[in-house]
Amino acid sequence: MDSSGLGVRRAVGFVAPALLLIGVFLVFPALWTLYIGITNYQLTGPAAADPQVVGLDNVVEAVRDPLFTNSLWLTALFVLGSAVIGQNLLGFGLAWLLRTVRPGLRRTVEGLVLLSWILPGTVVAYLWFAVLSRDTGTLGMLLGSPQTAWLVQYPMTSLIIFNVWRGTAFSMLLYTSALAAVPPSQLETARLMGASGWQTVRDVVFPHIRGHVLTNTLLISLWTANDFTPFLLTAGGPNHRSEVLPVLIYRQALEGGQLGYASAMSMLLLVGNLAIALVYLRLLRRRA
Amino acid sequence: MSPLWIVRRIGFYVLVTLVLAFFAVPMLWLASAPFDSKPGLGLRWPDWTFRNVVATFEHPYALTSLVNSLLLCVLATVVTTVLAALAAYALSRVRIPGRDLLLYLLLLLSSVVTGTAAMVPIFVMMLQLGLINSQFGTALVIAGGMLPAAIFILKDFMDAVPRSYEESARVFGASPRQVLSHVVLPVARPGVATIFVWAFVNAWGNFLLPFLLLRDVGQQPAAVLLRTLYDEGGSANLTVIPVFSLLYSIPVVVLYLFVNKRYGFRFHGGIKS
Repeated sequence: MDSSGLGVRRAVGFVAPALLLIGVFLVFPALWTLYIGITNYQLTGPAAADPQVVGLDNVVEAVRDPLFTNSLWLTALFVLGSAVIGQNLLGFGLAWLLRTVRPGLRRTVEGLVLLSWILPGTVVAYLWFAVLSRDTGTLGMLLGSPQTAWLVQYPMTSLIIFNVWRGTAFSMLLYTSALAAVPPSQLETARLMGASGWQTVRDVVFPHIRGHVLTNTLLISLWTANDFTPFLLTAGGPNHRSEVLPVLIYRQALEGGQLGYASAMSMLLLVGNLAIALVYLRLLRRRA
Repeated sequence: MSPLWIVRRIGFYVLVTLVLAFFAVPMLWLASAPFDSKPGLGLRWPDWTFRNVVATFEHPYALTSLVNSLLLCVLATVVTTVLAALAAYALSRVRIPGRDLLLYLLLLLSSVVTGTAAMVPIFVMMLQLGLINSQFGTALVIAGGMLPAAIFILKDFMDAVPRSYEESARVFGASPRQVLSHVVLPVARPGVATIFVWAFVNAWGNFLLPFLLLRDVGQQPAAVLLRTLYDEGGSANLTVIPVFSLLYSIPVVVLYLFVNKRYGFRFHGGIKS
């Protein structure tokens, strides 16, 4: 078993530094969220010096807070529209369409999709300001309506389309590798029997990649729900109309100074993440 | 070639062109605006000039922030890669008690505890430790966030290194340290390179953590500075922003081209279906 000759003691020594960092900067903050979430801790004022435990009051307050329910709804819309539907379908569509095109074209499309995924978020935000801004924006120019301020008039739709652009690369990569595992003989049979593209996808391809679809959907949903990039585009505005949960937490904590209240909302986000991750790990185990 | 076939081919290429345009059009700004004499938030054929580049280099914080980015990023990336490689190797080869549980928890942590979900306690912790405005502290926080996923991915690569190599090296009297540095790491190099590039791109683009933890403009990386580039009038400084965006994107694009040429962007066996 131990081909390396490390021995348990030295192996623990190898793992320890990584675990120390993870413990201090990841596990401890996560657990501390739970504690801060039941206090009235604030950034400034008397509750900053001497926070009191208020129990589940924060959670109760959050559930009654129209800003919080609004934000939950927007987050659900954002995840459903941009990840579950948008990135999933476009990612699969790209993987499926690009199988048959010339390698040069294929590389160009894939390269652009990947680039939109890896460019820094702050840069990407300016790229989209240039598309969506009023008067000079590219979209207004193309559609002949330069008076439309897309990010102000349609903030959620803009964010959803933006996030499809931003995140489709992962789904495309995953589905490309998934499609490579579909036996070519079955595709050939379907073609000979005169199946249409849609029939082939539904009856031949889908049964092979069902697991990938689920994995992909869970992962991109989790990432999208935790994405902070909407802050860079709309900062939650106008008038809370695009205030997804990460943006709300930031604004409550750092702009409003309500650290305890914001932690309670973070706690709810953590619970949501945990639920998705447990389903995901369960799937992995079943297949392993 | 029936008419139907031709119509479908045309439809197909129209579709591909639309998708291509969707992804390409936003990026064109990065090519035109930096060299336009009147750069704006929109696309137009530039009235070519290099004045914006000069103005960007003269900006008091632009170059500093790129150096800050590099510092922050190299520190976080090196810490992540080295610690993840050591941990992944040990976890791959030695059955430490509780290993499977540990791996399960790492996988769980890597997805559940995100910067957004833990921003409040991270901010409060760094505030109380007096590490606000510390680049070193911020780099460690970023590294801590990337480590679980890095360990997990690297363990897959380490598992794929044949054990017989190490056994023969040991027969010839190599110490564990020599086995790791002369046998395992060279063989697992694609994995280590993957993690290095992944960590670099992640840390380079990270906005939230530096935005929370580095409040002094002299310490801020490019990601944060780009967000706060305003001119004297208080509106976005469009002379500097386009050129700066371009400069700030170059390392990521170069890394992308390197990885694409060397390894290709493909999910190999590593991805779990």
